[in-house]
Amino acid sequence: MAGPMARGAPDGAPLLEVRGISKSMGGKLLLDDVSLSLSRGELKVLIGPSGGGKSTLLQCVHFLTIPDKGDVLLDGESAREMGKRNICLFRQEIGMIFQDFNLFDHLTARDNVAVALRRVKRLRKAEAHGRALAELERVGLGDKAGLYPAQLSGGQKQRVSIARALAMDPKVMLLDEPTSALDPELIGEVLNVIQSLYEGGMTMLMVTHQVGFARHITKEILFMEDGRITERGSPEDLLAEGSLSRAGAFCSKLSEVTGR
Amino acid sequence: MIDDFPQFLVSALYIVRGTGWTAALILGAMSLGLLVGMPLAALQVYGPKPLRAPLAAYVWFFRGVPILVLLYLVYFGLFTYAQGPFEGFSWARSAFSPFSASLVALGLTSGAYQSQIFRGAILSLPEGQYRAAMALGFTRFGAVTRIVLPQAARLSIPAWSNEYSILLKDSAIAYVLGTSEIMNRARSIAFLSNRILTFFLLAGILYLLLTWLGVRALRALERRLAIPGLGQGEA
Ligand SMILES: Nc1ncnc2c1ncn2[C@@H]1O[C@H](COP(=O)(O)OP(=O)(O)OP(=O)(O)O)[C@@H](O)[C@H]1O
Ligand SMILES: [Mg+2]
Repeated sequence: MAGPMARGAPDGAPLLEVRGISKSMGGKLLLDDVSLSLSRGELKVLIGPSGGGKSTLLQCVHFLTIPDKGDVLLDGESAREMGKRNICLFRQEIGMIFQDFNLFDHLTARDNVAVALRRVKRLRKAEAHGRALAELERVGLGDKAGLYPAQLSGGQKQRVSIARALAMDPKVMLLDEPTSALDPELIGEVLNVIQSLYEGGMTMLMVTHQVGFARHITKEILFMEDGRITERGSPEDLLAEGSLSRAGAFCSKLSEVTGR
Repeated sequence: MIDDFPQFLVSALYIVRGTGWTAALILGAMSLGLLVGMPLAALQVYGPKPLRAPLAAYVWFFRGVPILVLLYLVYFGLFTYAQGPFEGFSWARSAFSPFSASLVALGLTSGAYQSQIFRGAILSLPEGQYRAAMALGFTRFGAVTRIVLPQAARLSIPAWSNEYSILLKDSAIAYVLGTSEIMNRARSIAFLSNRILTFFLLAGILYLLLTWLGVRALRALERRLAIPGLGQGEA
Protein backbone atom coordinates (compact mmCIF):
# COMPACT_ATOMS: atom_id res chain seq x y z
CA MET A 1 0.00 0.00 0.00
CA ALA A 2 1.24 3.49 -0.78
CA GLY A 3 2.42 5.42 2.26
CA PRO A 4 1.76 9.14 2.68
CA MET A 5 5.30 9.77 1.53
CA ALA A 6 4.45 8.52 -1.91
CA ARG A 7 1.88 11.21 -2.57
CA GLY A 8 2.52 13.05 -5.78
CA ALA A 9 5.94 11.46 -6.03
CA PRO A 10 7.31 12.58 -9.36
CA ASP A 11 8.19 9.02 -10.37
CA GLY A 12 6.87 9.52 -13.88
CA ALA A 13 4.15 7.02 -14.64
CA PRO A 14 0.73 7.63 -13.08
CA LEU A 15 -0.80 4.86 -10.96
CA LEU A 16 -4.06 4.88 -12.92
CA GLU A 17 -4.29 5.96 -16.49
CA VAL A 18 -7.52 6.11 -18.45
CA ARG A 19 -6.80 6.36 -22.15
CA GLY A 20 -9.41 7.55 -24.59
CA ILE A 21 -12.42 5.58 -23.36
CA SER A 22 -15.60 5.62 -25.45
CA LYS A 23 -18.78 3.75 -24.76
CA SER A 24 -22.14 3.59 -26.50
CA MET A 25 -25.22 1.91 -25.10
CA GLY A 26 -28.61 1.67 -26.66
CA GLY A 27 -27.39 3.60 -29.67
CA LYS A 28 -26.35 6.55 -27.51
CA LEU A 29 -22.77 7.73 -27.08
CA LEU A 30 -22.38 7.86 -23.30
CA LEU A 31 -18.63 8.36 -23.10
CA ASP A 32 -16.73 10.17 -25.78
CA ASP A 33 -12.96 9.73 -25.71
CA VAL A 34 -12.42 10.29 -22.01
CA SER A 35 -8.88 10.37 -20.63
CA LEU A 36 -7.57 11.08 -17.16
CA SER A 37 -4.83 9.95 -14.85
CA LEU A 38 -4.19 9.67 -11.14
CA SER A 39 -0.78 9.59 -9.51
CA ARG A 40 -0.18 7.65 -6.35
CA GLY A 41 -1.99 9.17 -3.39
CA GLU A 42 -3.91 11.63 -5.51
CA LEU A 43 -7.65 12.29 -5.19
CA LYS A 44 -9.57 13.75 -8.09
CA VAL A 45 -13.16 14.84 -7.97
CA LEU A 46 -15.58 14.30 -10.82
CA ILE A 47 -18.61 16.56 -10.95
CA GLY A 48 -21.26 17.31 -13.51
CA PRO A 49 -24.95 17.27 -14.27
CA SER A 50 -27.07 14.14 -13.98
CA GLY A 51 -26.84 11.87 -17.00
CA GLY A 52 -23.43 13.27 -17.92
CA GLY A 53 -21.83 9.83 -17.80
CA LYS A 54 -19.98 9.90 -14.47
CA SER A 55 -21.24 6.53 -13.27
CA THR A 56 -20.70 5.03 -16.69
CA LEU A 57 -17.12 6.30 -16.62
CA LEU A 58 -16.40 4.68 -13.23
CA GLN A 59 -17.91 1.41 -14.43
CA CYS A 60 -15.68 1.51 -17.48
CA VAL A 61 -12.56 2.40 -15.49
CA HIS A 62 -13.30 -0.71 -13.44
CA PHE A 63 -14.02 -2.74 -16.57
CA LEU A 64 -17.34 -3.74 -15.00
CA THR A 65 -18.62 -2.37 -18.26
CA ILE A 66 -16.21 -3.02 -21.08
CA PRO A 67 -15.55 0.20 -22.99
CA ASP A 68 -15.91 0.10 -26.77
CA LYS A 69 -12.66 1.94 -27.27
CA GLY A 70 -9.71 2.90 -25.12
CA ASP A 71 -7.90 1.24 -22.27
CA VAL A 72 -7.22 1.54 -18.56
CA LEU A 73 -3.74 1.05 -17.16
CA LEU A 74 -3.24 0.30 -13.50
CA ASP A 75 0.38 0.48 -12.41
CA GLY A 76 1.28 0.03 -16.05
CA GLU A 77 -0.91 -3.06 -16.50
CA SER A 78 -3.42 -2.84 -19.30
CA ALA A 79 -6.96 -4.00 -18.56
CA ARG A 80 -7.45 -4.82 -22.25
CA GLU A 81 -4.50 -7.15 -22.29
CA MET A 82 -5.66 -9.04 -19.22
CA GLY A 83 -8.32 -10.73 -21.28
CA LYS A 84 -11.60 -12.18 -20.09
CA ARG A 85 -10.02 -14.66 -17.73
CA ASN A 86 -7.81 -12.32 -15.77
CA ILE A 87 -10.05 -9.29 -15.69
CA CYS A 88 -11.21 -10.45 -12.24
CA LEU A 89 -7.64 -9.91 -11.01
CA PHE A 90 -7.68 -6.39 -12.41
CA ARG A 91 -10.99 -5.67 -10.69
CA GLN A 92 -9.69 -6.88 -7.33
CA GLU A 93 -7.12 -4.10 -7.41
CA ILE A 94 -9.72 -1.36 -7.79
CA GLY A 95 -12.18 -0.71 -4.99
CA MET A 96 -15.63 0.54 -5.89
CA ILE A 97 -18.04 2.39 -3.64
CA PHE A 98 -21.61 2.77 -4.82
CA GLN A 99 -24.20 5.40 -4.07
CA ASP A 100 -26.65 2.83 -2.67
CA PHE A 101 -24.00 0.74 -0.86
CA ASN A 102 -24.94 -2.58 -2.47
CA LEU A 103 -24.16 -4.55 0.67
CA PHE A 104 -24.95 -8.24 0.57
CA ASP A 105 -28.23 -8.40 2.47
CA HIS A 106 -27.88 -12.00 3.62
CA LEU A 107 -24.51 -11.52 5.28
CA THR A 108 -23.48 -9.81 8.52
CA ALA A 109 -21.25 -6.76 8.38
CA ARG A 110 -18.28 -9.00 9.11
CA ASP A 111 -19.18 -11.48 6.39
CA ASN A 112 -19.84 -8.71 3.89
CA VAL A 113 -16.19 -7.82 4.32
CA ALA A 114 -14.94 -11.38 4.66
CA VAL A 115 -16.77 -13.07 1.78
CA ALA A 116 -14.50 -11.82 -0.98
CA LEU A 117 -11.41 -12.46 1.15
CA ARG A 118 -12.48 -16.08 1.42
CA ARG A 119 -13.97 -16.73 -2.00
CA VAL A 120 -11.84 -14.47 -4.17
CA LYS A 121 -8.54 -14.20 -2.26
CA ARG A 122 -8.99 -17.70 -0.84
CA LEU A 123 -7.93 -16.79 2.69
CA ARG A 124 -8.71 -19.22 5.49
CA LYS A 125 -11.86 -18.54 7.48
CA ALA A 126 -10.10 -17.38 10.66
CA GLU A 127 -7.75 -15.15 8.73
CA ALA A 128 -10.56 -13.61 6.67
CA HIS A 129 -12.63 -12.96 9.77
CA GLY A 130 -9.70 -11.37 11.55
CA ARG A 131 -8.99 -9.12 8.61
CA ALA A 132 -12.68 -8.22 8.29
CA LEU A 133 -12.88 -7.18 11.92
CA ALA A 134 -9.74 -5.08 11.55
CA GLU A 135 -11.23 -3.27 8.55
CA LEU A 136 -14.49 -2.67 10.39
CA GLU A 137 -12.50 -1.20 13.31
CA ARG A 138 -10.77 1.08 10.85
CA VAL A 139 -14.09 2.60 9.77
CA GLY A 140 -15.30 2.73 13.38
CA LEU A 141 -17.70 -0.20 13.22
CA GLY A 142 -15.90 -2.84 15.27
CA ASP A 143 -18.96 -3.22 17.49
CA LYS A 144 -21.38 -3.74 14.56
CA ALA A 145 -19.69 -6.79 13.05
CA GLY A 146 -22.56 -9.13 13.89
CA LEU A 147 -25.36 -6.98 12.48
CA TYR A 148 -27.02 -7.42 9.09
CA PRO A 149 -27.29 -4.55 6.58
CA ALA A 150 -30.99 -4.10 7.32
CA GLN A 151 -30.03 -3.37 10.92
CA LEU A 152 -27.56 -0.59 10.07
CA SER A 153 -28.04 3.09 9.33
CA GLY A 154 -27.18 4.43 5.88
CA GLY A 155 -23.92 5.92 7.08
CA GLN A 156 -22.94 2.67 8.74
CA LYS A 157 -23.81 0.72 5.58
CA GLN A 158 -21.60 2.94 3.50
CA ARG A 159 -18.76 2.55 5.97
CA VAL A 160 -19.15 -1.25 5.81
CA SER A 161 -18.96 -1.04 2.04
CA ILE A 162 -15.76 1.00 2.35
CA ALA A 163 -14.32 -1.61 4.73
CA ARG A 164 -15.33 -4.31 2.24
CA ALA A 165 -13.44 -2.57 -0.54
CA LEU A 166 -10.39 -1.81 1.63
CA ALA A 167 -10.06 -5.42 2.71
CA MET A 168 -9.06 -6.34 -0.84
CA ASP A 169 -6.04 -4.01 -0.62
CA PRO A 170 -7.03 -2.01 -3.69
CA LYS A 171 -4.50 0.26 -5.33
CA VAL A 172 -7.21 2.72 -6.30
CA MET A 173 -10.70 3.48 -5.04
CA LEU A 174 -13.54 4.71 -7.20
CA LEU A 175 -16.35 6.38 -5.28
CA ASP A 176 -19.66 7.05 -7.00
CA GLU A 177 -21.59 9.65 -5.01
CA PRO A 178 -20.87 7.86 -1.73
CA THR A 179 -22.96 10.26 0.34
CA SER A 180 -25.86 11.23 -1.88
CA ALA A 181 -28.20 8.53 -0.58
CA LEU A 182 -27.56 9.56 3.03
CA ASP A 183 -29.53 11.75 5.38
CA PRO A 184 -27.65 15.02 5.90
CA GLU A 185 -26.65 14.20 9.47
CA LEU A 186 -24.95 10.97 8.33
CA ILE A 187 -22.85 12.46 5.54
CA GLY A 188 -20.12 13.67 7.87
CA GLU A 189 -19.20 10.24 9.22
CA VAL A 190 -18.64 8.89 5.71
CA LEU A 191 -16.70 11.94 4.53
CA ASN A 192 -14.49 11.61 7.61
CA VAL A 193 -13.60 8.06 6.64
CA ILE A 194 -12.81 9.18 3.09
CA GLN A 195 -10.70 12.02 4.44
CA SER A 196 -8.68 9.66 6.62
CA LEU A 197 -8.19 7.29 3.69
CA TYR A 198 -6.84 10.16 1.67
CA GLU A 199 -4.52 11.11 4.48
CA GLY A 200 -3.36 7.50 4.58
CA GLY A 201 -2.25 7.82 0.95
CA MET A 202 -5.11 6.10 -0.89
CA THR A 203 -5.50 7.03 -4.55
CA MET A 204 -9.09 7.95 -5.31
CA LEU A 205 -11.45 9.11 -8.02
CA MET A 206 -14.63 10.43 -6.48
CA VAL A 207 -17.91 11.55 -7.94
CA THR A 208 -19.55 13.88 -5.47
CA HIS A 209 -21.82 16.85 -5.20
CA GLN A 210 -20.38 17.83 -1.83
CA VAL A 211 -18.78 20.97 -3.20
CA GLY A 212 -17.40 22.09 0.18
CA PHE A 213 -15.68 18.76 0.73
CA ALA A 214 -14.38 18.65 -2.83
CA ARG A 215 -13.01 22.15 -2.56
CA HIS A 216 -10.86 21.42 0.46
CA ILE A 217 -9.74 17.89 -0.35
CA THR A 218 -8.82 17.89 -4.03
CA LYS A 219 -6.28 19.66 -6.15
CA GLU A 220 -8.08 18.89 -9.38
CA ILE A 221 -11.73 18.87 -10.32
CA LEU A 222 -12.94 17.24 -13.53
CA PHE A 223 -16.21 18.55 -14.90
CA MET A 224 -18.12 16.07 -16.98
CA GLU A 225 -21.01 16.75 -19.31
CA ASP A 226 -22.52 14.81 -22.23
CA GLY A 227 -19.95 12.04 -21.94
CA ARG A 228 -16.89 14.30 -22.06
CA ILE A 229 -14.64 15.94 -19.55
CA THR A 230 -15.10 19.54 -20.61
CA GLU A 231 -13.20 21.32 -17.89
CA ARG A 232 -10.41 20.44 -15.50
CA GLY A 233 -8.56 22.51 -12.97
CA SER A 234 -8.01 23.37 -9.34
CA PRO A 235 -11.04 24.23 -7.20
CA GLU A 236 -9.64 27.76 -6.88
CA ASP A 237 -9.64 28.23 -10.65
CA LEU A 238 -12.89 26.52 -11.48
CA LEU A 239 -15.02 27.47 -8.52
CA ALA A 240 -13.75 30.95 -7.72
CA GLU A 241 -16.32 33.66 -7.08
CA GLY A 242 -17.20 35.11 -10.48
CA SER A 243 -15.50 32.33 -12.42
CA LEU A 244 -16.94 31.87 -15.90
CA SER A 245 -16.50 28.08 -15.89
CA ARG A 246 -19.44 25.74 -16.40
CA ALA A 247 -18.24 23.87 -13.34
CA GLY A 248 -18.43 27.07 -11.31
CA ALA A 249 -21.95 27.80 -12.47
CA PHE A 250 -22.99 24.20 -11.79
CA CYS A 251 -21.56 24.23 -8.28
CA SER A 252 -23.04 27.55 -7.29
CA LYS A 253 -26.41 26.24 -8.41
CA LEU A 254 -25.82 23.15 -6.28
CA SER A 255 -24.92 25.29 -3.29
CA GLU A 256 -28.09 27.30 -3.73
CA VAL A 257 -30.10 24.10 -3.52
CA THR A 258 -28.22 22.41 -0.70
CA GLY A 259 -26.99 25.46 1.15
CA ARG A 260 -23.48 24.06 1.24
CA MET B 1 -64.91 -59.02 1.22
CA ILE B 2 -63.06 -57.34 4.06
CA ASP B 3 -65.59 -57.29 6.80
CA ASP B 4 -63.65 -58.16 9.89
CA PHE B 5 -61.70 -55.49 11.66
CA PRO B 6 -58.20 -57.06 11.57
CA GLN B 7 -58.39 -57.39 7.84
CA PHE B 8 -59.56 -53.80 7.54
CA LEU B 9 -56.55 -52.75 9.60
CA VAL B 10 -54.16 -54.69 7.42
CA SER B 11 -55.59 -53.06 4.29
CA ALA B 12 -55.49 -49.60 5.79
CA LEU B 13 -51.90 -50.10 6.91
CA TYR B 14 -51.01 -51.23 3.41
CA ILE B 15 -52.26 -47.90 2.07
CA VAL B 16 -50.61 -45.95 4.86
CA ARG B 17 -47.30 -47.54 3.99
CA GLY B 18 -47.69 -46.09 0.51
CA THR B 19 -47.08 -42.74 2.18
CA GLY B 20 -43.40 -43.58 2.39
CA TRP B 21 -43.26 -44.12 -1.38
CA THR B 22 -45.20 -40.96 -2.11
CA ALA B 23 -42.92 -39.00 0.22
CA ALA B 24 -39.82 -40.51 -1.36
CA LEU B 25 -41.22 -39.76 -4.81
CA ILE B 26 -41.90 -36.09 -4.19
CA LEU B 27 -38.76 -35.52 -2.15
CA GLY B 28 -36.79 -37.02 -5.02
CA ALA B 29 -38.73 -35.06 -7.62
CA MET B 30 -38.40 -31.80 -5.67
CA SER B 31 -34.66 -32.37 -5.34
CA LEU B 32 -34.25 -33.22 -8.99
CA GLY B 33 -36.36 -30.16 -9.79
CA LEU B 34 -34.11 -28.03 -7.61
CA LEU B 35 -31.01 -29.44 -9.24
CA VAL B 36 -32.44 -28.63 -12.67
CA GLY B 37 -34.34 -25.44 -11.83
CA MET B 38 -31.67 -23.52 -9.93
CA PRO B 39 -28.97 -23.59 -12.64
CA LEU B 40 -31.65 -23.14 -15.29
CA ALA B 41 -32.80 -19.92 -13.66
CA ALA B 42 -29.27 -18.64 -13.04
CA LEU B 43 -28.31 -19.36 -16.64
CA GLN B 44 -31.43 -17.69 -17.99
CA VAL B 45 -30.56 -14.48 -16.18
CA TYR B 46 -26.76 -14.47 -16.09
CA GLY B 47 -25.74 -17.11 -18.61
CA PRO B 48 -24.44 -16.66 -22.13
CA LYS B 49 -27.09 -15.33 -24.53
CA PRO B 50 -27.03 -18.29 -26.98
CA LEU B 51 -28.10 -20.60 -24.14
CA ARG B 52 -31.23 -18.66 -23.35
CA ALA B 53 -33.41 -19.93 -26.21
CA PRO B 54 -32.78 -23.65 -25.52
CA LEU B 55 -33.39 -23.10 -21.82
CA ALA B 56 -36.64 -21.30 -22.52
CA ALA B 57 -37.60 -24.20 -24.80
CA TYR B 58 -37.06 -26.65 -21.96
CA VAL B 59 -39.38 -24.68 -19.70
CA TRP B 60 -41.91 -24.31 -22.48
CA PHE B 61 -41.92 -28.05 -23.19
CA PHE B 62 -42.31 -29.27 -19.63
CA ARG B 63 -44.91 -26.66 -18.75
CA GLY B 64 -46.92 -27.49 -21.81
CA VAL B 65 -47.04 -31.30 -21.83
CA PRO B 66 -49.39 -33.08 -19.37
CA ILE B 67 -47.75 -35.13 -16.62
CA LEU B 68 -49.57 -38.22 -17.83
CA VAL B 69 -48.01 -37.94 -21.28
CA LEU B 70 -44.59 -37.36 -19.73
CA LEU B 71 -44.93 -40.41 -17.51
CA TYR B 72 -45.57 -42.57 -20.57
CA LEU B 73 -42.84 -40.86 -22.54
CA VAL B 74 -40.26 -41.46 -19.85
CA TYR B 75 -41.26 -44.97 -18.86
CA PHE B 76 -42.19 -46.55 -22.19
CA GLY B 77 -40.03 -44.29 -24.34
CA LEU B 78 -36.84 -43.10 -22.71
CA PHE B 79 -36.44 -45.97 -20.25
CA THR B 80 -37.10 -48.70 -22.77
CA TYR B 81 -34.26 -47.50 -24.97
CA ALA B 82 -31.95 -46.59 -22.11
CA GLN B 83 -32.45 -49.99 -20.52
CA GLY B 84 -31.45 -51.92 -23.62
CA PRO B 85 -27.69 -52.06 -23.06
CA PHE B 86 -28.11 -53.02 -19.37
CA GLU B 87 -30.47 -55.93 -19.92
CA GLY B 88 -29.66 -58.70 -17.48
CA PHE B 89 -27.88 -56.55 -14.89
CA SER B 90 -29.63 -57.03 -11.57
CA TRP B 91 -29.70 -53.32 -10.74
CA ALA B 92 -31.29 -52.38 -14.07
CA ARG B 93 -34.75 -53.49 -12.97
CA SER B 94 -34.90 -51.11 -10.01
CA ALA B 95 -33.03 -48.34 -11.81
CA PHE B 96 -35.55 -48.34 -14.66
CA SER B 97 -38.56 -49.02 -12.45
CA PRO B 98 -41.92 -47.22 -12.63
CA PHE B 99 -40.85 -45.40 -9.47
CA SER B 100 -37.74 -43.91 -11.10
CA ALA B 101 -39.69 -43.07 -14.24
CA SER B 102 -42.25 -41.19 -12.13
CA LEU B 103 -39.47 -39.45 -10.26
CA VAL B 104 -37.79 -38.37 -13.48
CA ALA B 105 -41.01 -37.17 -15.14
CA LEU B 106 -42.19 -35.27 -12.07
CA GLY B 107 -38.69 -33.96 -11.33
CA LEU B 108 -38.05 -32.61 -14.82
CA THR B 109 -41.46 -30.95 -14.84
CA SER B 110 -40.89 -29.47 -11.41
CA GLY B 111 -37.51 -28.25 -12.64
CA ALA B 112 -39.27 -26.17 -15.27
CA TYR B 113 -41.63 -24.65 -12.70
CA GLN B 114 -38.91 -24.19 -10.11
CA SER B 115 -36.73 -22.41 -12.64
CA GLN B 116 -39.55 -19.90 -13.07
CA ILE B 117 -39.76 -19.44 -9.32
CA PHE B 118 -36.01 -18.86 -8.96
CA ARG B 119 -35.89 -16.67 -12.01
CA GLY B 120 -38.52 -14.39 -10.53
CA ALA B 121 -36.64 -14.32 -7.23
CA ILE B 122 -33.33 -13.52 -8.93
CA LEU B 123 -34.89 -10.72 -10.92
CA SER B 124 -36.49 -9.26 -7.81
CA LEU B 125 -33.11 -8.89 -6.09
CA PRO B 126 -31.45 -5.51 -6.38
CA GLU B 127 -28.91 -6.13 -9.15
CA GLY B 128 -26.40 -3.79 -7.50
CA GLN B 129 -25.32 -6.66 -5.27
CA TYR B 130 -24.23 -8.66 -8.29
CA ARG B 131 -22.30 -5.68 -9.57
CA ALA B 132 -20.71 -5.13 -6.16
CA ALA B 133 -19.56 -8.75 -6.15
CA MET B 134 -18.09 -8.39 -9.64
CA ALA B 135 -16.35 -5.21 -8.48
CA LEU B 136 -14.71 -7.17 -5.68
CA GLY B 137 -13.23 -9.57 -8.20
CA PHE B 138 -15.76 -12.41 -8.04
CA THR B 139 -16.20 -14.42 -11.20
CA ARG B 140 -19.70 -14.49 -12.67
CA PHE B 141 -20.09 -17.99 -11.28
CA GLY B 142 -18.90 -16.92 -7.83
CA ALA B 143 -21.15 -13.87 -7.75
CA VAL B 144 -24.17 -15.92 -8.73
CA THR B 145 -23.55 -18.87 -6.40
CA ARG B 146 -22.32 -16.93 -3.37
CA ILE B 147 -24.36 -13.76 -3.50
CA VAL B 148 -27.37 -14.08 -5.80
CA LEU B 149 -28.58 -17.65 -5.26
CA PRO B 150 -28.49 -17.75 -1.45
CA GLN B 151 -30.82 -14.76 -1.42
CA ALA B 152 -32.97 -15.96 -4.30
CA ALA B 153 -33.41 -19.31 -2.55
CA ARG B 154 -34.70 -17.58 0.59
CA LEU B 155 -37.15 -15.53 -1.42
CA SER B 156 -38.33 -18.65 -3.21
CA ILE B 157 -39.44 -20.61 -0.17
CA PRO B 158 -43.10 -19.47 -0.15
CA ALA B 159 -43.51 -20.26 -3.86
CA TRP B 160 -41.59 -23.43 -3.30
CA SER B 161 -44.08 -24.54 -0.70
CA ASN B 162 -46.80 -23.98 -3.27
CA GLU B 163 -44.86 -26.05 -5.79
CA TYR B 164 -44.53 -28.78 -3.17
CA SER B 165 -48.26 -29.14 -2.70
CA ILE B 166 -48.94 -29.10 -6.44
CA LEU B 167 -46.27 -31.74 -7.02
CA LEU B 168 -47.66 -33.83 -4.19
CA LYS B 169 -51.07 -33.89 -5.81
CA ASP B 170 -49.62 -34.51 -9.27
CA SER B 171 -47.71 -37.47 -7.88
CA ALA B 172 -50.99 -39.40 -7.56
CA ILE B 173 -51.01 -39.82 -11.33
CA ALA B 174 -47.89 -41.97 -11.01
CA TYR B 175 -50.23 -44.86 -10.16
CA VAL B 176 -50.76 -45.42 -13.89
CA LEU B 177 -47.22 -46.82 -14.18
CA GLY B 178 -47.80 -49.07 -11.18
CA THR B 179 -45.68 -47.03 -8.81
CA SER B 180 -46.53 -48.33 -5.39
CA GLU B 181 -47.59 -45.03 -3.83
CA ILE B 182 -50.72 -43.97 -1.93
CA MET B 183 -53.09 -43.65 -4.88
CA ASN B 184 -52.11 -46.96 -6.43
CA ARG B 185 -52.56 -48.82 -3.17
CA ALA B 186 -55.82 -47.09 -2.32
CA ARG B 187 -57.21 -47.93 -5.75
CA SER B 188 -56.45 -51.61 -5.62
CA ILE B 189 -57.70 -52.04 -2.06
CA ALA B 190 -60.78 -49.89 -2.61
CA PHE B 191 -61.98 -51.77 -5.66
CA LEU B 192 -61.07 -55.18 -4.24
CA SER B 193 -62.90 -54.54 -1.00
CA ASN B 194 -65.71 -52.53 -2.47
CA ARG B 195 -65.25 -50.00 0.34
CA ILE B 196 -64.46 -47.30 -2.12
CA LEU B 197 -65.43 -44.32 -0.05
CA THR B 198 -63.52 -45.44 3.05
CA PHE B 199 -60.23 -46.14 1.38
CA PHE B 200 -60.20 -43.14 -0.94
CA LEU B 201 -61.05 -40.99 2.05
CA LEU B 202 -58.05 -42.50 3.79
CA ALA B 203 -55.91 -41.68 0.76
CA GLY B 204 -57.21 -38.10 0.79
CA ILE B 205 -56.36 -37.76 4.46
CA LEU B 206 -52.85 -39.05 3.86
CA TYR B 207 -52.32 -36.48 1.09
CA LEU B 208 -53.66 -33.74 3.34
CA LEU B 209 -51.31 -34.86 6.08
CA LEU B 210 -48.32 -34.79 3.75
CA THR B 211 -49.29 -31.35 2.46
CA TRP B 212 -49.67 -30.03 5.98
CA LEU B 213 -46.34 -31.49 7.11
CA GLY B 214 -44.43 -30.19 4.10
CA VAL B 215 -45.88 -26.72 4.23
CA ARG B 216 -45.15 -26.51 7.95
CA ALA B 217 -41.58 -27.71 7.46
CA LEU B 218 -40.99 -25.14 4.74
CA ARG B 219 -42.47 -22.38 6.85
CA ALA B 220 -40.11 -23.36 9.67
CA LEU B 221 -37.23 -23.32 7.21
CA GLU B 222 -38.27 -19.88 5.99
CA ARG B 223 -38.27 -18.54 9.53
CA ARG B 224 -34.94 -20.16 10.27
CA LEU B 225 -33.28 -18.64 7.23
CA ALA B 226 -34.93 -15.22 7.54
CA ILE B 227 -32.42 -12.39 7.36
CA PRO B 228 -32.55 -10.31 10.54
CA GLY B 229 -34.04 -6.90 9.96
CA LEU B 230 -35.54 -7.84 6.60
CA GLY B 231 -39.17 -8.74 5.95
CA GLN B 232 -41.34 -10.40 8.58
CA GLY B 233 -38.55 -12.58 10.01
CA GLU B 234 -37.54 -12.21 13.64
CA ALA B 235 -36.00 -8.76 13.94
N1 LIG C 1 -27.60 0.49 -20.16
C1 LIG C 1 -27.83 1.71 -20.67
N2 LIG C 1 -28.36 1.83 -21.91
C2 LIG C 1 -28.62 3.04 -22.45
N3 LIG C 1 -28.38 4.20 -21.82
C3 LIG C 1 -27.85 4.15 -20.58
C4 LIG C 1 -27.54 2.91 -19.94
N4 LIG C 1 -27.03 3.17 -18.73
C5 LIG C 1 -27.02 4.50 -18.62
N5 LIG C 1 -27.51 5.11 -19.71
C6 LIG C 1 -27.62 6.56 -19.97
O1 LIG C 1 -26.32 7.05 -19.89
C7 LIG C 1 -26.32 8.39 -19.50
C8 LIG C 1 -25.26 8.58 -18.47
O2 LIG C 1 -25.61 7.89 -17.31
P1 LIG C 1 -24.73 7.94 -15.99
O3 LIG C 1 -25.45 7.15 -14.97
O4 LIG C 1 -23.35 7.54 -16.31
O5 LIG C 1 -24.76 9.48 -15.60
P2 LIG C 1 -24.29 10.17 -14.27
O6 LIG C 1 -23.41 11.28 -14.68
O7 LIG C 1 -23.73 9.17 -13.34
O8 LIG C 1 -25.64 10.76 -13.69
P3 LIG C 1 -26.11 10.90 -12.17
O9 LIG C 1 -25.49 12.15 -11.65
O10 LIG C 1 -27.59 11.02 -12.30
O11 LIG C 1 -25.69 9.68 -11.45
C9 LIG C 1 -27.73 8.68 -19.03
O12 LIG C 1 -28.36 9.46 -20.02
C10 LIG C 1 -28.37 7.31 -18.93
O13 LIG C 1 -29.73 7.40 -19.24
MG1 LIG D 1 -24.33 8.40 -11.46
